Amino acid sequence: MWRDALLVAGKDIRIELRSRVTLWQVVPVAVLSLVLYAFALGPVRHTLSSAAPGLFWLAVLFSTVLATQRSFAIEAGEGTRDGLRASGIDPAGVFLGKAAAIAAELAVLQVVLWASMTVLFGVQVHTVWLALVASVLATIGLASAGTLYGALSAGLRVRETLLPLLVLPILAPVLLAASRAWAGALAGPVAGGVSWLRVLGPFALAYLVVGIVLYGPLLEAG
Amino acid sequence: MSQIPMDPVVRLRGAVALTGRFPALSGADLTVSRGEVVSVVGANGAGKTTLLRVLAGLVPPRSGEVVVLGVDLCQEPAAVRRRVGLLGHAPSLYDELTARENVRFALRAAGVGAGEVVGALERVGITGRLASTPVGGLSAGQRRRVALAVLVARAPELWLLDEPHAALDPGARELLTGLITGAAAGGAAVVFSSHEPEAAAVLSDRQAVMGGGRITELRPGSRRAKLSTVGEGDSHVA
Repeated sequence: MWRDALLVAGKDIRIELRSRVTLWQVVPVAVLSLVLYAFALGPVRHTLSSAAPGLFWLAVLFSTVLATQRSFAIEAGEGTRDGLRASGIDPAGVFLGKAAAIAAELAVLQVVLWASMTVLFGVQVHTVWLALVASVLATIGLASAGTLYGALSAGLRVRETLLPLLVLPILAPVLLAASRAWAGALAGPVAGGVSWLRVLGPFALAYLVVGIVLYGPLLEAG
Repeated sequence: MSQIPMDPVVRLRGAVALTGRFPALSGADLTVSRGEVVSVVGANGAGKTTLLRVLAGLVPPRSGEVVVLGVDLCQEPAAVRRRVGLLGHAPSLYDELTARENVRFALRAAGVGAGEVVGALERVGITGRLASTPVGGLSAGQRRRVALAVLVARAPELWLLDEPHAALDPGARELLTGLITGAAAGGAAVVFSSHEPEAAAVLSDRQAVMGGGRITELRPGSRRAKLSTVGEGDSHVA
């Protein structure tokens, strides 16, 4: 399973490095959304800084949908999905590999968004470890849930419009918990943010396990 | 060739399989032995592609007996995949990856060492700059050659080729003939579909004619006659 996961993740990342869809399309859209949020909220520094965590994770959330769609567009080519199934590769490995590639793209995106937010909203992270742990857990959860629902909608003609409809409500707990954890990390006092890690951790673990178990049947059904 | 064991690689009895709700196979019977080449011909919608996909473990049979390489596909449709090689209508390739990267990925995914990549690509005529070109930039025929290189490197026990001659120029067709003959000589069974009955008959030991999801006729191909002149006279029964 782990060998197959590395193989699939390496393939997806190599394709991304060559096509640069995330770099030239997903990241700019996410940064642009931050800029537009700033326009919408107005130039009041306090308003911007208090809204910053929520806007950051909202941008990450929408980018997750785009990254997931891109990940499954790779397999939508004629014969590639069948080729993957026919190879006898472990479906759990495919799930982990695709989720890992999406997670890597989201990690790069978050670094860019963090830098943009610092410039646009004038915020600083005071408790770096809390922000990092929250980001890691949220990214695992987003990538796992995104990959699972991406597989669910992959075989359908309406997948582009169905995926956001399926996945956005599911990811709402991540948006809430990651925003609150980051609000704590930005404000300084740790206690307020740490408790939200108890939401992010189980969410990430649950979708990781469910994805490993269900990805095979979903791949076959598609 | 006389050393090749004759136990059936494929045994179908009354196989039924659905494509969506439509019964694309409705009681197909076929036996294919090691070292044998069988062509499948028939009109569009006759069930040729579904037959190959069932044998590859991609479409689970609904009923009947489907045994491939000793594995009952009614019970475990996915268990045989790593021992079978399928070349579908569309090659299973990633446009952004080079020919070399595509073959390497396919081999590793199938659990096969990737040491044969360059040799396999050379055998199908993909060399030099072509091997390091993203396959999205190759012609349809060249892409088909790259997909064939995966089969060559994997050396599966059962080759399943869905209209393999499509998009191939005369040189590539000759190459394909050599690959099929070589695979059969090495003990693999080969089943391929075609829309050209006469040309397919020359390449095959037997030809199965499909219609309405069934095999309506089995007739001898001329490859068998050729091989019998060099010592192969085994009989095959459907």
